[in-house]
Order: sequence, then C-alpha cells, then structure tokens
Amino acid sequence: MKKNRIFNTITLLSASVIVFIVLAALLFTGIIDEYNGQLLTLAGIYIIVSLSLNLITGFTGQLSLGQAGFMSIGAYSSAIAMMNFHLPLVVSIIIGGLVTAVFGLLIGFPTLRLRGDYLAITTLGFGEIIRVIMVNLETYTGGAAGLKGIPSFSDTGDFLKDSIIKFSWVYVFVIITIVIVNNLINSSPGRAIVSIREDEIAANSMGINVSYYKIFSFTMSAFLAGIGGALYAVYFGYLNPVMFWFLTSVNFVVIVVLGGMGSITGTILAGVGFTYIQEWLRFFKDFRLVIFGLALIIVMLFWPRGLMGTNEFSIVKFVRKYIRKEHEGGSSKPSKIKGVK
Amino acid sequence: MSVMEAKSISIVFGGLKAVTNFDLKLGKGELVGLIGPNGAGKTTVFNMLTGVYSPTSGDIVLNTSREGHNYKSIIKLKPYQITQSGVARTFQNIRLFKDLSVLDNVRIAFHFNVKYNALQGILRTTAFYNEEDEITEKARDLLKIFNLQDKEKELAKNLPYGEQRKLEITRALATNPKVLLLDEPAAGMNPQETHDLMNLISFIRNKFDLTILLIEHDMSLVMGICERIVVLDYGQTIAVGTPEQISKDPKVIKAYLGEGV
Ligand SMILES: Nc1ncnc2c1ncn2[C@@H]1O[C@H](COP(=O)(O)OP(=O)(O)O)[C@@H](O)[C@H]1O
Ligand SMILES: [Mg+2]
Repeated sequence: MKKNRIFNTITLLSASVIVFIVLAALLFTGIIDEYNGQLLTLAGIYIIVSLSLNLITGFTGQLSLGQAGFMSIGAYSSAIAMMNFHLPLVVSIIIGGLVTAVFGLLIGFPTLRLRGDYLAITTLGFGEIIRVIMVNLETYTGGAAGLKGIPSFSDTGDFLKDSIIKFSWVYVFVIITIVIVNNLINSSPGRAIVSIREDEIAANSMGINVSYYKIFSFTMSAFLAGIGGALYAVYFGYLNPVMFWFLTSVNFVVIVVLGGMGSITGTILAGVGFTYIQEWLRFFKDFRLVIFGLALIIVMLFWPRGLMGTNEFSIVKFVRKYIRKEHEGGSSKPSKIKGVK
Repeated sequence: MSVMEAKSISIVFGGLKAVTNFDLKLGKGELVGLIGPNGAGKTTVFNMLTGVYSPTSGDIVLNTSREGHNYKSIIKLKPYQITQSGVARTFQNIRLFKDLSVLDNVRIAFHFNVKYNALQGILRTTAFYNEEDEITEKARDLLKIFNLQDKEKELAKNLPYGEQRKLEITRALATNPKVLLLDEPAAGMNPQETHDLMNLISFIRNKFDLTILLIEHDMSLVMGICERIVVLDYGQTIAVGTPEQISKDPKVIKAYLGEGV
C-alpha cells in the first residue's frame, strides 16, 4: 500500500515536472514562439476557471452560469490588493481567491433551494449583477473605462523571458488546481459531493448533509475561479467589466461540456483546444459564435457526454501498464497501451 | 423495550388522506412486515419515518440508549440527521448512485463517520490514508455478505436488477443503523432469488443486531420471516398480528381480494 502511494506521487510529480521542462524548453528555444506561449498561458487560466466550474457543475451537479462573475471578483480584488495596498503579487492572487470564496459562500445559501434551470438563471443574474457593480464602483475599478497598470509577473522588457516567467507561474497554479480538485474528489468529502450529483434524496438518506456540501462546493469553486480571475488580471495587466459578461461564463460551460462533465483531464484537453480554436476563429469576427454553436452541436451529437465522459486519463495507470509490459519482456507496443480507465 | 415508535402519525396530500393515525412500536431485534395493497400508504409511512415527509400530525420517537429508555422525537430532523441517529432505508424505486462504482456506493454511506476533513483529504495526510484503507476494508466486508465482492469496480447501473437491490441494502447497512427499513426489497426478483433474499435479511438482522421493518406487497413472502405483521389499506391500519392471525383475518383477505391477487 505504502509503496503504491510513493510510486503514485513520484509518477505524478515527475510527469508534471517533465511536461513543464519540455514546454519551457520549447518556449526557450523558440520552437514554441511567444505568441503560442501566450496562448498556452491563457489556456492555463481557462483550465483553472473551467476546473472550478467542473467542480460545481460536473461533480456536484449544480449548473452555474455565473463563473465569470466569480472570476471578476478575483480579478478586481487582487488588482486592488496590488495597486491600492501594494501587496506582493502572489499574496494578492490568494486574496483574490479568498475574497471570491466569501462571495461563493454568500450566494451558496440562497441557491440551496434552487435546482436546474432556476439555479442556472439565478447564477447568470449574479454574474451580471457583479458586472454592473464593477462598472459603478469607479473609484476602485475604473468603471467602464477599465483598470490599467496592473503589475505583471515579469516586466523586464525581454519578451521571451517575460513570457516564460508568466507561463511558469500560471503552470504552477494549474498544477495546484488540478491537485486540489483531484484529491478532493477522490476523498470521502469528494464522494459526498458526487453523491449529490447522482441522487440528492439517496445522498440525504445516506447521512450526507447535502446543503453543507453544496455550499462547500460553491465556496471551493468560487475560490478557484477567483484565483483564475486574479491570474487573468495579471496576465492582461488591464481589466474591464466587459471581459466578464455572461458569454464569458458560457465559454467555460462549453469547455466543461466538451471535455466531459466530471472529467478533470477532459477539462484540460478542452481548455487548451478551446483557447486555440477561439484564436483561429478570431478572423471570423462575430461569425465565431455561430461556428462555435455549430461545433458544439456536432460534438454533442457524436459524443453526448463530451470527449471524456466522466472518465480520466491516468498517468499513473499508463506508467504502470508500461512498466508491467517491460517486465513481462513482451513487446511494449505503445498502440496496445490504453491509459484510459 | 421499543427502539422506534410512530405515535398516531397522519399525512394529507392536498385533500388525500394518504396515511391516517398510524401507530407502530418496533421492539428491539424485531422483524416486522408492513403489507397492504398498492397505494395503501406503505412507502408514505417510510417517508415519514425517515424525515422525507413531515407528518401532518402525530409524533415519531427514537430510543437513543441501547438498554434503557431515552426517547427523542425525530419529527423535526432532516433525513440525513435521522440516518445519523441510526435509521437507514432502501427505496422501492432503486436509488443507487448509478454512475459510481459498487465500492464507492458503499463507501459514501460511511462518510458521516469519517473523521478526516476535506483539507486533510486534499493534502493526503496519514489520517486520510489510514481511514480510507479502513472504510474500504469495511465496505468490502459488507459486500462479501451479499456476494458482491467481485463486482466492486463495476458501475452500480451495470449490475443486474437483483444485485442492485442487494447493493442498496449493503449501502444502508454501511451507515451502521439500529433500525433498517426495507421498501419492497424483493420487487422484481424471481421466487428463488426472493427466497434467498428473505433468508439473507433474517441473517443480517441477527448478525448486526438490527430491528427491521419490511414493506412487501406480496403477503406470502413475508409470512415466513416476520414475527409480526401490520396491514395497511387506504392509509388505515386494518390489522396487526402474527403471520398466522393475519392470514386468517377477514378484513385482510377482503383488502387483498379487492385487488384480485
Ligand atoms: N408526494 C405525494 N404527493 C401526493 N400524493 C402522494 C405522494 N406520495 C404518495 N402519495 C399518494 O399516497 C398514496 C399512498 O402511496 P404509497 O405510500 O406510495 O403507497 P404504497 O407504497 O403502499 O404502494 C397514493 O395514493 C399516492 O398516490
Ligand atoms: Mg410503495
């Protein structure tokens, strides 16, 4: 048992370090140019916010259309922490997450009685209210004109260096988010959360305090979305309430649905895919939305449960299978290895 | 000494008197049958006993001490609090966590007794690993009783019907109840499976020191294992007695004849 745990931890740790080194090296050598580096960084932020949405929607079963609202609270509060209170960057980002968590807790209560469409509409309303508040809190947020001059992770003037540093920071936060969501879901409180999605009445009759775990999940989701928002603020160095209008929330729903509700790896894949497709379609201007709509319909027709369903791609299992094949002395044809459980 | 008592509980659904003045004393270790034609109000009684519905009038009390008499009213409690007080149930229309594994279905039922918190779970502390190992082992032991141990990795929805019913009982047992309420546990099973299940129910009652209230639509099934039977018809208790007495009771025969069984 203990040996297994150490093996798992080492495998996951090395996997994340290897991926990082490869990406950083590709960036450094220019094989991935700065433009793509920026896109990957943005994808990282999208992944964080999408994972936060997946926690509340995919794992807890509560459809939220207000994730951009949470994101904007995190973005503005961390920007204010840096600009008005001169707090260090990382501290400000965490404050962004914590402030948003408080809002998650507060809106968690009134939404307890709401289900399905009603919950979705209420959270959508919440997101819009936040946006209007941000427009009107001009003294702190700059209002509709926006907030400029938010400190960056790195501002040396050397584009390559800056983009690698920005990427690294976001990468670290992505890994932390994945670990939080994955470890939470695969623990007893996490199973309690998933049981709510599966059958609220049965969960209740199994002794699970459904209200508590719904609010817990809302709060946790808000915290992570707030962190994502804070990174977004630092990434762009500029904020405007329009960045967080309701279609931004819809984008995250699209990512989670495409990747598979209740699949962490699905969200990661879809997050990267979405960022790139959005960029390629920039050329089509407003037609972009039509194309997105069509793409979504097509995916839903052929993969109604998203790319991954509720499955996960497990690196640990992948490595295990590979090692076993090697030990057996048989040919370890990669084509035979299916790492999807 | 009774473990649980319903004192003249009634419930009205928009003018329909679904259950009227229902009384029940469950003695420690008893296996009681609750029978009656379709729509008689049996499931509604369960829903009141487990806090899903609040009775319009009457009281429900639970004996919280193992030996003495220390009754508390559970009428204001939420379903999860009633389960935590020691009353577990199964559902007539199976309510498993369909997309989760058999093992996880059972482990969820241990959750309210788990001591490590979410943060310890996220940080994967020793407490997390120790307790996970412990509940996994306990869950496996329970699955063994119902011969489901080889299916722990399967999704609940992929089990055959009879095994889904058994898994629901396993899950209810995992909450470590004093009182177990089973709503038509044999529905949809063939005669052989039903027979085996009834034996299994009597076995777990002894093994886990349980008091069981069993709903059954088909009278003949419960005759063999129940010590006492309560018969409902149109929300009213029309007879209480031993299986022997019940099977001869003219009112019961009439209620069932009306149904054409
Ligand atoms: N939530 C509810 N709302 C309205 N009527 C209900 C509700 N639950 C049960 N009933 C009614 O109460 C009566 C008893 O139902 P039930 O307890 O399910 O019967 P049984 O389990 O004995 O077959 C039925 O007439 C049913 O339609
Ligand atoms: Mg019924």
